[in-house]
Amino acid sequence: MQIRPIIAALRRHKAGTVLIALQIALTLAIVCNALFMIRQRAAKLSEPVGIDTRDLFVVKNEWVGQPHDIDALMRADIAALRQLPQVVDAYATDSEPLGGNGWDSGILHSADQRRETSHAAQYFDDDHTIGVLGLHLIAGRNFRSDEVVPLDPQSPTEPPVTIITRALALRMFPDGHALGKTIYFGPGTKPSTVIGILDHLHTPYTIASSDSFSDQSALMPLRLLANHSDYVVRAKPGQLSDAMKAARNSLFALNNARVIDPETGVIDYGTLRATAYARDRGMVELMASICVVLLAVTAAGIVGLTSFWVGQRRRQIGVRRALGAKQSDILTYFLTENFLISIAGVVLGTVFALALNLWMVASYAQDHLPLIFVCIGAVILLLLGQGAVLAPALRASRVPPVVATRSV
Amino acid sequence: MFSYYLELALRSLKRSPGLTALMVLAIGFGVAASMTSWSVFRAVSGDPIPWKSSKLFVPQIDAWGPSGRSDKDDGEPSDAMNYTDATTLMREHRAKLQSALYQIAPSVVPAQAGRHPMNVSGHAVYGEFFPMVDAPFKYGSGWSANDDAQRAAVAVISAKLNEKLFGDTNSVGKSLNIEGKDYRIVGVLDKWNPQPRYYDVVNSGGFSEGVEDVFVPFQRAIDVGIPNDGNTNCNETPKESGFVGLQHSSCVWIAFMAELDDSSAVSTYRDYLTAYARDQQKAGRFGWAPNIRLRDVPAFLEHEHVVPSDTKVSLLVAVGLLLVCLVNTIGLLLAKFLRRSGEIGVRRALGAPRNAIYAQFLTEAGVVGLAGGVLGLLLTGAGVASVGFVLPKSISDLARLDVSLLVITLLVAVVATMLAGLYPTFRASRVQPAWQLKSN
Repeated sequence: MQIRPIIAALRRHKAGTVLIALQIALTLAIVCNALFMIRQRAAKLSEPVGIDTRDLFVVKNEWVGQPHDIDALMRADIAALRQLPQVVDAYATDSEPLGGNGWDSGILHSADQRRETSHAAQYFDDDHTIGVLGLHLIAGRNFRSDEVVPLDPQSPTEPPVTIITRALALRMFPDGHALGKTIYFGPGTKPSTVIGILDHLHTPYTIASSDSFSDQSALMPLRLLANHSDYVVRAKPGQLSDAMKAARNSLFALNNARVIDPETGVIDYGTLRATAYARDRGMVELMASICVVLLAVTAAGIVGLTSFWVGQRRRQIGVRRALGAKQSDILTYFLTENFLISIAGVVLGTVFALALNLWMVASYAQDHLPLIFVCIGAVILLLLGQGAVLAPALRASRVPPVVATRSV
Repeated sequence: MFSYYLELALRSLKRSPGLTALMVLAIGFGVAASMTSWSVFRAVSGDPIPWKSSKLFVPQIDAWGPSGRSDKDDGEPSDAMNYTDATTLMREHRAKLQSALYQIAPSVVPAQAGRHPMNVSGHAVYGEFFPMVDAPFKYGSGWSANDDAQRAAVAVISAKLNEKLFGDTNSVGKSLNIEGKDYRIVGVLDKWNPQPRYYDVVNSGGFSEGVEDVFVPFQRAIDVGIPNDGNTNCNETPKESGFVGLQHSSCVWIAFMAELDDSSAVSTYRDYLTAYARDQQKAGRFGWAPNIRLRDVPAFLEHEHVVPSDTKVSLLVAVGLLLVCLVNTIGLLLAKFLRRSGEIGVRRALGAPRNAIYAQFLTEAGVVGLAGGVLGLLLTGAGVASVGFVLPKSISDLARLDVSLLVITLLVAVVATMLAGLYPTFRASRVQPAWQLKSN
């Protein structure tokens, strides 16, 4: 295949050539950045949460006024929920994985340490939590019921014992021996001994600023005496919706001086999880649809311009055919022509893509674009170009040699 | 002449329906994507109180010192205040109007028998808050400085809560049970839901789905112990427990806003804040030099990164898509126009000046742009309706399809396509008549 005549011909179509190359370059710049964003968000969507969300639901309860005996009220509620025939087990907390709100704190090696060693979500729990959520305890033991004590909301969190995730354990004790060691939930607090390690437990947060500690959580055997508390309930298999209705009714039957929002007060974990990730899923879908539209527009543009060129060059093609060129020669000519333009576009596009990424890193705190995404984008665009040019090129190859003899 | 060109344009577009459809689709999608993102961006980056935002200021005082902060915030004082500083600033009262405020979520018990208590959200504020933010009243008004001082059990409620509890009648003077205690309603707000929620950015993150249902006097809320429902940030563990312990601690949880009407008032207030911080340093409460900020509302919203970066990135990508669509249109128009070199040659040879060629082909580009714009309008409508799938409800609810968005969509489509048509038209006008005539 001779490349020189192709380049000579392209010189006579500078504008069209430049436009196709530019379009490929811009498309590559956007597509590979978008692919990278999709990859990041998709990774977030599939990160381990650590809990078994089937048959799980949450009741968001708030007391009217500020009752003085919240502890007794909460224990009565939990006892009532545990007795329901549709319910396996339940526990009280103030936040749950992916719930959106919660407590988090710097985790320290000593009480007088100024800068935090690591960061973790703090969950208020009891000895039933691991069973209700379906957590995997990979080392150590669960809390004992006598270890669970009430806590005033404004008091420091300093439980004598705690269960932490493997991710947090490794951050605090990189040598892998966290069991039996002590950690501190803030400066000036009492030490907490690690008695168990969990495989995974996600924090309540899915916002980007909390991604750095998404699997670093700590369970504390404390019953938070806040005006507002969440009851996490595991229903018997297949009885989720019945259990949700029964839970609301039984709580109101027990005590009417409470608020459970009619719409959002009792929520199944599937919905809660979908809400937590709605934003990331939305960005994935948006970026994916923009990529599809972009590639379609670019392909259509290549088809359009190449068709025009084919129409313009019918006579030359006829002459070539009359002089002995085979159909495959004409086909290869157009494919090669497109390949050359695409290569130029891809080279320019790589520069655009990296520049765009650098700008987004500086302005919007995005991550650096790995080169593999540029390569993937480049391959996609080269294939797209060849695919788009195929139809006009085939049409060109079918131009009969006799065209050369007409109208000249 | 224009109608003639219009006819020519339509005839030419009809001759190659595939190419025409391609251009219209590309422009339609490009415009719709960028207009949808723009509608969201416009909604979240808007000024919630444009007539007054440059007079409303958020003071920040560094009550933690250099050791209480992480490394990355380069000396920036916390964006909320602790109880001591907020109440001192209120007591010394150096701005024209000012209010400390914190977020509350009390329960309200309807008077009617048989109705469940409900959960409402709102703020504990000072009486000056309402004139400061120009809150519109449907019935009654805010409360007085005297009510603040007396810690009176008064409340201002939203039109929505009023409708729910009192059926849209004037409820001023009636009683409302908040957290088990009776409050006298002094005012009912008209429809009012400023977004971003500029007076408490720290807790709303800028945008809130719900309307604020209830406002009660700040000191009253403190007295009866309505707890803070917003964020609390501490650099050290409070020494005492309970809500009182929080008030005595250095934890920050109170928002503050002050109205300062001219630049001399601003500089006087800034000096006052510096002097206050220096006094605290002398008194030994702060072990560091005064470190204060005084930003007006637009600057504070910018500082708090109220516009989500997802929104900015979406806009950027959508504008990129429009750009690619336009480059695509340039190429297709070029092909389309130059294919008619023969026709151009004949027109030129018959005496048509270059301007006539310009007019003819720009008209054609304009027609394509208009068609793309109409398609873009439909797609923008669909896009705005479905941003809820991509962005959180509190933000997507703000994106609206209004007349200005429709006009801008059409305008962008037509102007952009005509700009894209400039180069192909220029090439068309350069066609040499003699060449074309010879080869035919």
